[in-house]
Amino acid sequence: MAAGVATWLPFARAAAVGWLPLAKKTMPKPPVDKKSRNDEILIVNVSGLRFQTWKNTLDRYPDTLLGSSEKEFFYNEDTQEYFFDRDPEMFRHILNFYRTGKLHYPRQECIQAFDEELAFYGIVPDIIGDCCMEEYRDRKKENQERLSEDTEAEMATDTPLPPNSTPRERLWRAFENPHTSTMALVFYYVTGFFIAVSVIANVVETVPCRPIKGSVKDLPCGEKYSVAFFCLDTACVLIFTFEYLMRLFAAPNRCKFMRSVMSVIDVVAIMPYYIGLVMPENEDVSGAFVTLRVFRVFRIFKFSRHSQGLRILGYTLKSCASELGFLLFSLTMAIIIFATVMFYAEKGTKGTNFTSIPAAFWYTIVTMTTLGYGDMVPNTIAGKIFGSICSLSGVLVIALPVPVIVSNFSRIYHQNQRADKMRAQQKVRLARIRLAKKGTTNAFLRYKEEGGLQDHDSDSAALCLKNRSSFEHQHHHLLHCLEKTTNHEFTDELTYSEMCMTESVGYRTSRSTSLSSQQAVSSSCCPRRAKRRAIRLANSTVSVSRGSVQELDTLQVQKSSIGPQSRSSLNARTEDLKLNCEQRDYTAAIISIPTPPANTPDESLPPSPAVPGILRNSRTTSYTQEAVKISSL
Amino acid sequence: MSACAKRCKHGLVKFAVSVHKLVTGTLIKDKVDDDLEMTMVCHRPEGLDQLEAQTNFSKRELQVLYRGFKNECPSGVVNEETFKQIYSQFFPHGDASTYAHYLFNAFDSAHTGSIKFEDFVTALSILLRGSTREKLQWTFNLYDINRDGYINKEEMTDIVRAIYDMMGKYTYPVLKTDAPKQHVDTFFQKMDKNRDGVVTLDEFILSCQEDENIMRSLQLFENVI
Repeated sequence: MAAGVATWLPFARAAAVGWLPLAKKTMPKPPVDKKSRNDEILIVNVSGLRFQTWKNTLDRYPDTLLGSSEKEFFYNEDTQEYFFDRDPEMFRHILNFYRTGKLHYPRQECIQAFDEELAFYGIVPDIIGDCCMEEYRDRKKENQERLSEDTEAEMATDTPLPPNSTPRERLWRAFENPHTSTMALVFYYVTGFFIAVSVIANVVETVPCRPIKGSVKDLPCGEKYSVAFFCLDTACVLIFTFEYLMRLFAAPNRCKFMRSVMSVIDVVAIMPYYIGLVMPENEDVSGAFVTLRVFRVFRIFKFSRHSQGLRILGYTLKSCASELGFLLFSLTMAIIIFATVMFYAEKGTKGTNFTSIPAAFWYTIVTMTTLGYGDMVPNTIAGKIFGSICSLSGVLVIALPVPVIVSNFSRIYHQNQRADKMRAQQKVRLARIRLAKKGTTNAFLRYKEEGGLQDHDSDSAALCLKNRSSFEHQHHHLLHCLEKTTNHEFTDELTYSEMCMTESVGYRTSRSTSLSSQQAVSSSCCPRRAKRRAIRLANSTVSVSRGSVQELDTLQVQKSSIGPQSRSSLNARTEDLKLNCEQRDYTAAIISIPTPPANTPDESLPPSPAVPGILRNSRTTSYTQEAVKISSL
Repeated sequence: MSACAKRCKHGLVKFAVSVHKLVTGTLIKDKVDDDLEMTMVCHRPEGLDQLEAQTNFSKRELQVLYRGFKNECPSGVVNEETFKQIYSQFFPHGDASTYAHYLFNAFDSAHTGSIKFEDFVTALSILLRGSTREKLQWTFNLYDINRDGYINKEEMTDIVRAIYDMMGKYTYPVLKTDAPKQHVDTFFQKMDKNRDGVVTLDEFILSCQEDENIMRSLQLFENVI
C-alpha cells in the first residue's frame, strides 16, 4: 500500500461511522494501541551524524527498516537514540525519502553503494522518482555490463532452452542466436562466407580479363570463365535457398516472417538465378534478364543479419524518413525553380545544352550539390547570374537540413532508448501495484485465519500478533467492520472458486471437510499431486517466499512455513517471524525445508472453534486437518 | 481477411499522413507538450486557535492531523480524484470509487469540489468527538445523496450497492445480486416508522437510538486518532 496513505487511515476509519445504521452485525472492537500515541521526535545517529525526525515520518513506510520494529534492534538505551553504523551521507537521501515520499538518486555516489544502502534500509529501488530514475537505470546498466563482461567469457551461452522444445523451436533459436550451438555458429559463418564470395564474384566477373587466344577484344572475366562463375553462383544460390527454406520452416509465424525485410532481401537475392534458369535463350528477353542480375547485388544486404551496425543504421534511416523526405522535397522545389529559370535564360543561345527544362534539371542538381561537372555551362550573362545564385542557394539548401537530420538521428535514437526504458519501468510499476494489492488482501486473510478477529484477552495471543504494526491492526479492523456491515466475508480467489465448485456439485458438507478429505485421499495415493496442490495453496497467500521448496509428507500432518519475506515488497504486510503461539504435537516427520533457520513454523490455530471464517483459508493442510477435528460447519 | 483490409487501410492512412508531413515540412517529430503546470491552488487553513475553538480536538491532535494532511496534499486541498485513489487503497479487494464519491460529497459540505483542511477536521471532529446526535446527523447526510432531507429507497440502494462493491468478488458466502436490495428492505423496515417510503432525520435518529447495537458501535470509534 502506498505510504502516505497511512496518514489517511484515521479518517477512513472515522468515516466508517457511516456504515453503522446499515450494519447487520455489531461492529468489532477496535484494536487497542498500547503504544504511546503522542508523536515524538526520534534521534537517529548515523555514524555520528545526528538526524532528528518525527516518529510519524518514519512510520509512513512500515515495511522498511526504519518504519518497522526492526529499528528497535538498533536502539541505544544509554543515549536514547537509534544508532546505525552506516554512511551518513547516504542516510540523508534515505531520510528524505521518508519525508517527501520520493527517493532521489545522488549522482555522485557509486551505484553499488547506493543499492547496498537501500537494501539495508529495506527500500525497493523501484520507487526512485521519475526525476532520477533514468540516471539510476543508466548507471546500473552500465555497471552491470561492466561486471558481466568479465563473466561473459566463462559462460558464453544464452538462456537455456526450455527442456521440451520441438526441433523447430530449436532450429529457430539457432538461426536467431547463432551463439547457442556450435552447429549454428558454423552455419552462420558459412553463410557469411558465401555471401562474401558471391558478392566478390559478382564484382570480379565484370573486370576485364585478358582476351582468349585469337580474339582482340578484352573480355570481362565473367564471360571468359563463364562455367566457373556459373558453378560458383549455383553453389551460393543453393546455400542461400537452403538457408531460406530452413528459416521459413523454423519460423514461428510464417506469414510474418515472409513479410519481414530480411526475408524479402533473401528472396530478391536468389530470384534472379532461378528466373535465369527458366528463361529461354531469347535475345530480347535476355536483356531483361541482365537487368535482373543487378538484383544480385542485394546479397550484400544479407550481411545485415551478421552486422548489428547495419541494422541500427537501417533502423535510424527508417525513423528519420520524414526528415529525409522533407530535404528531398525542398530540393526538388529548388531544382524545378532554378531549372526553369536557367532554361528560359539560356533559351536564346545557339547550340545550347539547355534543350528543355528536364534537361536543365541535371545542371541544377550538379550545381546545387556543388559538384560542377562542367558538361553543361550557361553562356548568357543572365544565365551565369542565375547559375551563381543557384550554386549559392544549393549550399544553403543542402547544408541546412543536414545538421537537423543529424541531430534528429541522435535525438530519435536516444528517445527510442528512453521509451523502451520507460515502458519497462511502467510494466514493473504496474506489476508492483498489482502485487501490493494482492499483498494487502492476502495479509488480511492471513490475519483472519490467525485468530486476529477475536478479542485479545490472552497474553499469548497478544504476543503472537505483536509484530504487526498498529497501522495493520487498524486497517484490518476497518476491513472487518466492512465485513460486519455487509455480513459477508473476504476470501481469496482459490477458496472462492472451490466454493463455487462445491456449491455447484451440491455438497452440503463443510468446505473444510471436503478440502481435507480431498487432501487425505490425494495425500495417500498421489503424493506428488498433494505436494503441488499444497504448494499452490501455500503460494496463494504467499506472494514472495524466498524459494523454499516445501516438500510435504504423505502422512498426516505437514507443517508449512513461509520464508521470511524479503523486505523489498512494498506491502504493509507483516512478514517476519511469528512467535510460536501454541505448540501442537504433530506426528509427521518434518522434511528438510531448505530455508534459512530463521523460519519458524507458524501455527497459530484458532483457539476458539466457533469462528467459521478462519477455517476457510486453505493455507496449510495441517490446518484443515485440525479443523476437521474441531468443527463441523 | 478483414484484418488484412484493415491493415491495408491503416497503412494507407499512415502513408497519407507521412506525405502530408513531408509537404508541410514538419521537422520536429515529438509533439510539444504544452501541459503547463497549472498554478497551484495553495490553501492555508485558519489559525490553530480558531480550529481548536471550532472543533473538539486539542492543539497537538490538530498538529498531527495537519502534518499528515499537508504531506499528502502540499497544496492544501484534496480533489475528488485524489480522494478516490486514496480511499481505494484501503479496499484493494473491490471497487471503492463509488462509495468514495458519496463520502467525498459528505465531507465537502460546501460543495466546492475539494476538501480543505477545515472540512477535513470538522468532519473528523463530528465523527470522533461529536455527540451521538451529531454523528447520526452526519450519517444521515451521507445517505441523503441529494440533500433534500429525506432518504428514499433509491438513494439507499445506491449507497448499499456502493458498500457491497467494496467487498469485491471473492466473499463468503457468495454475494448474490439481490443482496443489496434485501439489505435495503431490512433497513427500511427498521427505520421507516410511518411507512411513507422515505426516512426523515428524526425517524432515522429515533430508530438508531432504539437499536443498542448501533449505539454501542458508535462508541467504538472514539480513539481512532
